[in-house]
Amino acid sequence: MLTYLAQEPLPVPETTAIEPPPVGAVWPILIILAAACAGVLVEAFLPKHQRWSTQVVLTLLAIVGAGAALAGYIVDAPEAGELAMYGTLAVDGPALFLWGTLLALSVGAVLLIADRSVEPGGAFVATAAIRPGTVQDRAQVQSTGMQTEVFPLTLFALGGMMIFCAANDLLTMFIALEVLSLPLYLMCGLARRRRLLSQEAAVKYFLLGAFASAFFLYGIALLYGYSGSVRLADIGAAAAGTDRSDTLLFAGLGLLVVGLLFKASVGPFHTWTPDVYQGAPTPVTAFMAACTKVAAFGGILRVLQVAFESTSWEWRGVLWGIAIISMVVGAVLGLTQTDVKRMLAYSSVAHAGFLLIGAIALTEKGLSSTLFYLLTYAFTTLAAFGVVSLVRGPDGEATHLSQWAGLAKRSPLVAGVFTFLLLAMAGVPLTSGFVGKFVVFEAALSDGMAPLVVIALVASAVAAFFYLRVIVLMYFSAPAEDGPTVTVPGAFTTAAITLGVIVTLLLGVAPAFALDWAAGGAFAIR
Amino acid sequence: MTSTADSWVLWALLAVPLVGAAVTVALRGNDKTAKLAALAFSVVELVLAGVAWSLYDPAGERLQLGTTLDWIPAFGVHIAWGVDGIALVMIAVIALLVPIVIGAGWADRLPEGRTKGGFFALILLEQALTVGVFAATDVFLFYVLFEIMLIPMYFLIGSYGGANRQYAAVKFFLYSFLGGLIMLASVIAAYSLASDTLGQGTFLWEELVPVVSAAPLTTQIWIFFGFFIAFAVKAPLVPVHTWLPDATAEAPMGVAVLLVGILDKVGTFGFLRFLLPMTPDASKELSWLVLLLAAVGVIYGSLLAAGQSDMKRFVAYVSIAHFGFIALGIFAFSTQSLTGSVTYMVNHSIATGMLILVLGMVIFRGGSARIADYGGMAKLTPVLAGMLLIAGLSSMSLPGTNSFISEFLVLIGSFPNAPVHTIIATVGMVLAALYVLWLYQRIMQGPLRGDAIVGAAGGPGAVVAPEVGARKAIADLSGREKLVLAPLVLLVVALGIFPKPVLDTVEPSVAATMCEAGLVDPVQSDEEQAQC
Repeated sequence: MLTYLAQEPLPVPETTAIEPPPVGAVWPILIILAAACAGVLVEAFLPKHQRWSTQVVLTLLAIVGAGAALAGYIVDAPEAGELAMYGTLAVDGPALFLWGTLLALSVGAVLLIADRSVEPGGAFVATAAIRPGTVQDRAQVQSTGMQTEVFPLTLFALGGMMIFCAANDLLTMFIALEVLSLPLYLMCGLARRRRLLSQEAAVKYFLLGAFASAFFLYGIALLYGYSGSVRLADIGAAAAGTDRSDTLLFAGLGLLVVGLLFKASVGPFHTWTPDVYQGAPTPVTAFMAACTKVAAFGGILRVLQVAFESTSWEWRGVLWGIAIISMVVGAVLGLTQTDVKRMLAYSSVAHAGFLLIGAIALTEKGLSSTLFYLLTYAFTTLAAFGVVSLVRGPDGEATHLSQWAGLAKRSPLVAGVFTFLLLAMAGVPLTSGFVGKFVVFEAALSDGMAPLVVIALVASAVAAFFYLRVIVLMYFSAPAEDGPTVTVPGAFTTAAITLGVIVTLLLGVAPAFALDWAAGGAFAIR
Repeated sequence: MTSTADSWVLWALLAVPLVGAAVTVALRGNDKTAKLAALAFSVVELVLAGVAWSLYDPAGERLQLGTTLDWIPAFGVHIAWGVDGIALVMIAVIALLVPIVIGAGWADRLPEGRTKGGFFALILLEQALTVGVFAATDVFLFYVLFEIMLIPMYFLIGSYGGANRQYAAVKFFLYSFLGGLIMLASVIAAYSLASDTLGQGTFLWEELVPVVSAAPLTTQIWIFFGFFIAFAVKAPLVPVHTWLPDATAEAPMGVAVLLVGILDKVGTFGFLRFLLPMTPDASKELSWLVLLLAAVGVIYGSLLAAGQSDMKRFVAYVSIAHFGFIALGIFAFSTQSLTGSVTYMVNHSIATGMLILVLGMVIFRGGSARIADYGGMAKLTPVLAGMLLIAGLSSMSLPGTNSFISEFLVLIGSFPNAPVHTIIATVGMVLAALYVLWLYQRIMQGPLRGDAIVGAAGGPGAVVAPEVGARKAIADLSGREKLVLAPLVLLVVALGIFPKPVLDTVEPSVAATMCEAGLVDPVQSDEEQAQC
């Protein structure tokens, strides 16, 4: 579909014209998107009381089905990867790894979204369109209904993410970016409690996200002007051997990367992160923090390695600086936070910095270590937000840190699980966080980035302090008089948290198998 | 997988405290059974340590009782255990101290809501992890345990400590964790070197040593600093010692024993096992720095110990001075001084461990850690006073006590290579007499005085008749307390007169360390050198 964009002098890649579209590779995406469309129809045609159960079953079945299709494909997938959908998707090793990660994560996220035991009726508002503060709004506080559109929205976002990390050309990537972003903007505004904060988060995310998309699109335009193609491999080839002016190339790269770094909440493009993480319903925050990060870094890895590897000398210094800023901003500002969700947001900014270190080590190890780190971080953060949703006061979640004082006395299990997850984020050995940090730093060091590794280690130590602060609060402080209660979670939330904790532990103790998966193949450069 | 016939001992040494911790925590509902279970497991561990000692052949291979299993094959990470004489004596010290600490903590008052079972379970867990640290022969595994062992200690200080325990626990954790992360950079660098040189990365100590020690000096210096900072924090050397007085002051007494007696030794053990063999050139190049820090530490620790008004902080500064001696011996690079340092590690654990426990008994009676709250206590508690005197004399290395031989070896062995530092450190010996005897005099001698002894009514410095003190029910040592201190007294005297078993066990390992580091004794004959 994009062939008309290619300029005359460049030969049209053969794959686009001759090969029939190999569908096998893209079944997972088709299943997810089809289920999303079916979910919209469910909303339109089923009576209200049947929608929740239908949607939950449909969504989970879709994800499991997509996972099965993926597994079936992987069994005899070509080693070097293949192009699908007329060359717009590159289904290669990293793409398959990221798809698997995204599907596994979204099972956890959907379980959190579907939970109705922690908050009666679920974390989502009954009618999002009602303006906060009005009479109708006060009336709907009592209702236990929920806006079940959140399920198809999740599936659309998931489908967008999957396309995003397999996109073989920039226009497909842009469309995928929008497909994943638009549902997320909406989902942020659906919180049952603190409606104003939630809507503020949605608007903020939307406005800033729109800017980032515009940057991204403008970057595509400049790169097209430079190379005459939007295909990543063509841009790479054009940049490698040409005497054309580099101005267009680097201006385009800069704008493109800004868009990508925004989605990945890498500092200094992170400013939306704390507000949106805080305002969005916690299950949606979990979904965003885990899956968006995976997809965005999947895109960053692909763009940098496929299209810009040959010019790495010119831009790597800039991304060094950005990685440092992100780590320092995340670690230092995280120290000053008093809200758990904001603290986790800044932690995600710091982790984005660590991930970026792996992403700019343009080696096989850099790729596989970043993929592994994504896997570990996403599951840990998913479970962490799951735990956050359990600690509640009279008016919803008790996210202020002072309310967490002495939690270990009331609920040793929840405090223990959260401590484990925080230690994993701090990178303490025997957790997945440590192995992730280890492989990323090892890759960076062997690619000659020793100073960056040292800075990253210092940033890890600073960040460890704010994780530790929460542990201190939970274990060593006296509980507040009117402190929050810990809700006994239903099966869904329990399953989601257990999934995250088990993966965190397993990848910390026996990471060998996942490291092999992550090292399963390079990007298909075609 | 490779292993030797006797490798089960190390596995058992690791497993017994772990199982003990699990059992103890399961029994925490009943204080009494939990305490007995913890004690039983720690005694089994002590017996196992004895078995390990008997199976170890000082003249045998460099690392014995070993096992090597693959853990993460992609990165050449192994679960590898094995001990040399140095690690073995440290494991024996751990096995000895834990039952004593459990016995000493038998009747301690814990903060509200905490159980004895939880407390002892954490101690056993800490024991398992420290045994692992000393037994690990894979650098990655060592690093993992080095960091993990902070966590039970963090909870031991933070949950069971004194009034300012949160601050102390966090400070302890952050110092050690930061040091550990810096070490991680060096661990990764060593691994990368191995990847480049051998074509395949490995973390096995035996394979890493030849690779890293052959690296150019600048590379070695970077790797040296990573390890050195972590170990210096742990040991602790001045100026990264500031966490120790806080942690010791806030920790429960038994935990302070483990902290000073065992955890800190991981630092000096790391000097011997990792720094010298892996970065021999850098160690020689930078020995001036370590020697300087060591000499400063001896004087600084001694002076501050003399100036402390709090008994627990006093012990912390005494330890800082002693770690100065140990570092001096290690970086003076002679067989005598290294042997001295290794035996110092053992004897310091015994002497300082006893000192902490005795002071703990004093504090238990008076309810205050301030030295000024006491006076003339020997009249009420003559046996306790005697114990404090023995512990104190051992701490100041009086001839006839265990510490004398090690301090003597350190000083005599260090003189040829580092005469100035040795002379400065010798001043520390004189200062030791000052701070120990002055402490004893203030607490035990003279008329009864101080808030803790005569009660607030008397006021500080008030002189009262003995029966007033008796009314405050300050009793002498109980049978249990005597039983707890007896083995330590025995060792202080026995190792003072007959240190041969320890010396024989560590000397071949020390000689091997010297060889690996390419060090030559200043007084060694050519013939001896040829054996290397």
